[in-house]
Amino acid sequence: MTDVIAAILMLLGSAFALISAVGLLRLPDLLIRMHAATKAGTLGAGFVLLAVAVDFGGTGIAVRAIATIIFLFATAPVAAHLIGRASYFVGVRLWDETIVDELRGRYNPETHELDPDLYDPVVFRNVRRTSSEEKSS
Amino acid sequence: MIFFAPDISPILRIASIISFVMVTAALLLTVVRLILGPSLPDRVVALDLLSVLAISFIAIYSMSTSRSVFLDAALALALVSFLGTVAFARYIEWWSDKMKDLAASSSEEPQHD
Repeated sequence: MTDVIAAILMLLGSAFALISAVGLLRLPDLLIRMHAATKAGTLGAGFVLLAVAVDFGGTGIAVRAIATIIFLFATAPVAAHLIGRASYFVGVRLWDETIVDELRGRYNPETHELDPDLYDPVVFRNVRRTSSEEKSS
Repeated sequence: MIFFAPDISPILRIASIISFVMVTAALLLTVVRLILGPSLPDRVVALDLLSVLAISFIAIYSMSTSRSVFLDAALALALVSFLGTVAFARYIEWWSDKMKDLAASSSEEPQHD
C-alpha cells in the first residue's frame, strides 16, 4: 500500500517538475517565468520528498525528508524575491502586454527603496491608461 | 551504475522509470532556458530551478535504489543552492549599481580636447 502512495506522489511531483520546466521555457517574461520556476518546481520537489518519506517509512529518514521540504519551502520565496528585486534594478524588460507596473513612479532608483515622496499619480495613471488603450485598439 | 534495488516493488520500479524520464526532460528544458536566457536574472532563475530538479532527481534515485544515504546529498544541495541564488542576486544588484555609477561618471567627465 505504501509503495502505491509513494508511486503516486512521485509521479505527481515529477509531473509538476516537468510542468515548471515547460513554463520556464515557454512563458514570455522573467517575472512570469519565475512564477513557474519557483512555485511549481518547489511543489514538485516537495511531492517527491514526501514520496521518499512515505516509501522508507523510518522516523530518521522521514524527518530528514520533511526537514528538506521545510527548508525548500522556507527558502524558495526568499530567493525568488531577491532575484525579482535584482531584476527590477537591472531593468529587465517586461512583457509587451503587461498592464501595469506598480513600482514605476514610486520607486527611488538611487537608494532602491519605495519612496512615497516620488509617488506621482499622473505617471501612475498614465501607465494604466496608455496600456489599456493599446489593448483596446 | 545501479539504478534499481533488487527488492523494489514493480509499481515503484515503473513509477520511478517514468519519473526519471520526466525529471530528465525537465532538466534538459531548463538547460535550454539557461543557454537562451536573454538576461542574467533569467539564467539565475534557471539555475535555481536546475538545483531544485536535481534535488527531485536525487530523491527519486534514493527511492529506486532504496539507499537513504543520498537524501543527505539532497539536503546539502538545497542549502547550497539557496546560498548560491542569494549570492547571485546580491551580485546582480551590485553590478547594476556599478554600471549606473560608471555611466554617470562617464557622462559627467569633462572632454579633453
